[in-house]
Amino acid sequence: MNNHNGNDRTEFVFSGFGGQGVMFVGQLLAYAAMDAGFNVTWIPSYGPEMRGGTAHCTTIVSRKPIGSPMSPRPHVAVVLNLPSFTRYEPLVREEGLLVVNSALVSLTSHRQDIQTLDIPATTIAENLGSVRAANMVLLGAALTAKPALPLAAAHSALEAHLPPQHRSLLALNHAALDAGAAVVLERL
Amino acid sequence: MIPAAELERVYERPESLTALHTNYCPGCTHGVAHRLLAEALDELDLREQTILVAPVGCAVFAYEYFNLDGCEAAHGRAPAMATGIKRLLPDRTVLTYQGDGDLASIGIAEIIHAAARGEAITTIFVNNAIYGMTGGQMAPTSLPNQRTTSSPSGRDVALTGQPLRVSEMLATLPGAAYVVRRSLHDPANIRKAKKAILTAIQVQQRGLGFSMVELLSTCPTNWGMTPADALTWVKDHMLSIYPLGDYKVSDAARELSA
Amino acid sequence: MAKELLKGNVAIAEASVRAGCRAYFGYPITPQTELLEYLSSRMIALGRVFLQAESEVAAINMVYGAACTGARVMTSSSSPGFSLMQEGLSYIAASDLPCVVVDVMRGGPGLGNILPSQGDYFQVTRSAGHGDYHPIVLAPATVQEAIDMTVLAFDLADHYRHLVILALDGLIGQMMEPAELPEWQADLPTPDWAVTGAANRAPNRITSMHLRADESEAYNQHIQRRLERIRAAEQRSIEMYTDDAELLVIGFGSAGRIAASAVEMAREDGLNVGLFRPQTLYPFPSERLAELAEQVGACLVVEMNAGQMLDDVRLAVNGRAPVEFFGRMGGAIPLPEEILDTIEMLCWSLHVVE
Repeated sequence: MNNHNGNDRTEFVFSGFGGQGVMFVGQLLAYAAMDAGFNVTWIPSYGPEMRGGTAHCTTIVSRKPIGSPMSPRPHVAVVLNLPSFTRYEPLVREEGLLVVNSALVSLTSHRQDIQTLDIPATTIAENLGSVRAANMVLLGAALTAKPALPLAAAHSALEAHLPPQHRSLLALNHAALDAGAAVVLERL
Repeated sequence: MIPAAELERVYERPESLTALHTNYCPGCTHGVAHRLLAEALDELDLREQTILVAPVGCAVFAYEYFNLDGCEAAHGRAPAMATGIKRLLPDRTVLTYQGDGDLASIGIAEIIHAAARGEAITTIFVNNAIYGMTGGQMAPTSLPNQRTTSSPSGRDVALTGQPLRVSEMLATLPGAAYVVRRSLHDPANIRKAKKAILTAIQVQQRGLGFSMVELLSTCPTNWGMTPADALTWVKDHMLSIYPLGDYKVSDAARELSA
Repeated sequence: MAKELLKGNVAIAEASVRAGCRAYFGYPITPQTELLEYLSSRMIALGRVFLQAESEVAAINMVYGAACTGARVMTSSSSPGFSLMQEGLSYIAASDLPCVVVDVMRGGPGLGNILPSQGDYFQVTRSAGHGDYHPIVLAPATVQEAIDMTVLAFDLADHYRHLVILALDGLIGQMMEPAELPEWQADLPTPDWAVTGAANRAPNRITSMHLRADESEAYNQHIQRRLERIRAAEQRSIEMYTDDAELLVIGFGSAGRIAASAVEMAREDGLNVGLFRPQTLYPFPSERLAELAEQVGACLVVEMNAGQMLDDVRLAVNGRAPVEFFGRMGGAIPLPEEILDTIEMLCWSLHVVE
């Protein structure tokens, strides 16, 4: 029997409070994958559950056409707050990656079958200039530990797709991606 | 024999009516209402610029009786349909012609929202306090104690509420520019009704907002009366529940009606 | 034109604009609201008509009125709101009016939920309103297909003077995928049947009323002849690995694309499995399916409902092969793995029978 989810497909889930840029970081990854020639889908949680509470989205990057855009067992879960940790920590696929915003999540994973990265993303982003770049710190870390795409693709996507009203945050976002990557590289 | 050149034509069918015989019962005032509307359109030279939305009810065939472009709405939805037409053709005159079951019962949401939006359409609201087409059931406009086939002992207001006064209600909406009630029970009132219809259409032409003329009308067949008795019944019983008058005349509309 | 990352609902909205939609009337309901929100600014900016109606009942009747003027018009809704439109849809269909309605289906029955579902298959294909007729029903499985089918929907509506429904679910509506938007279409001339004011011609009258039985039956025959033409010309479907398929998996829309993943997995496992994905739900692509049914050992229908398209598959296959079913309901989305399990079981039993 084949491993049906081999190296040709990576499923990412991003989860956090509304306002933490969860939807945007998932979309940025989707743009980066599209521009790099991958098949990609992005799908948000929608409806009542997104009002006020935790928001999450799924980005799938694949060499082959994508069937279901949902990911019940993601390869990579990026969790920005405690409820997201509680929800996704058990769901990460074996040998997958859990990226935790340890500045806001006091728990740590004890799973031995996955890789866990505790990154104080909010603190790092604050030091760079704004807590709002914590999402990019975590994406930088995730793509460094699980290089489904080169980090450069995320940088290019920022240049190409950051909405006009947020262009002033471009340098900050670039720096945040690199800072997240640097934390992972230091630990290797 | 008088030479043709000396003959003066004093009465003829308005160009905005077709020659078709109507399905209305003898003595029903729909015929009067049709004629008034057609005369108004002729006088304003609007026949070729007008689209009529017919209702479900006795006037369901109105689109056949008027020599106009016309269409047939679902029950109560004429104001929504007219909205769709008017938004696409803002320079045309768009009319709805609706009875009290159609407008005041099933279509009350659509008429309120069309008026609230200030939709530049004109509604002719024929209120005869009963469902005519389906054979005389109680309408929201039926009078207290009025006998109908669905209130055989008379309308019990404890069970079914009081008559709905639509003109008074719509007059509260800022989008309504011209909302008046007239009656068709005698010649003097018929002349006033004609004047109101002219004004209502002019309100639409000037884009002043929503306009409606409510016409108190008869239903001799379902009321179980002769046509003459039915006219008297309007005067004796309906006028007190539905007082005639101008319920909303916006300042801009006032100049037209002066 | 380069590909953009587009959300299904937004992609349909922009595609409708480029296809020449002159007016949109709608009411908010999840999961299609982005479509209405997008058009609320886009249509106004283009000097076209956008109006948020007081209800779905009003919205469809505004569409009915706007369609009478001969313009390209559209509304969108989701299952409960679509139910409210039934009467208006029937009037539109019975007045030979072209219009496009988008139903982003959600879990039901009743208030149900806002999750993806295909539970309205019967509703959209069997008549979408009272009386004897079928709308043309298009079922996209990707954002690109949603765009292409939006343009097609307007073209088919005008060509046949017929109601066209774009039936998708929240999965396609909410998902972003790379896709390419269509070219702008030039405005079409006003058709001669439109109501625009009877200047220099006899009045045009648009009605669905035929009181006499003979007239009404003649009109019904006119609809049926049109549907016959539609059935002959417009059956559309997509196939994967059907050349040597022993088992044919059949699914539309979201279920179809998820089934495609399961079929790919089965092929990796060496199983001779193919996919048949209807793109038109009405007319159902019965002719091609009947041909394929001659070649395969069995069919597996996969739906996000209790088995609705299943009826059409059985009618088309007509006993040529056994027809099995796998479905999830009420907003549950099937996993490729669980479809694969069913495929494996059926393949095993096919070989056991041999």
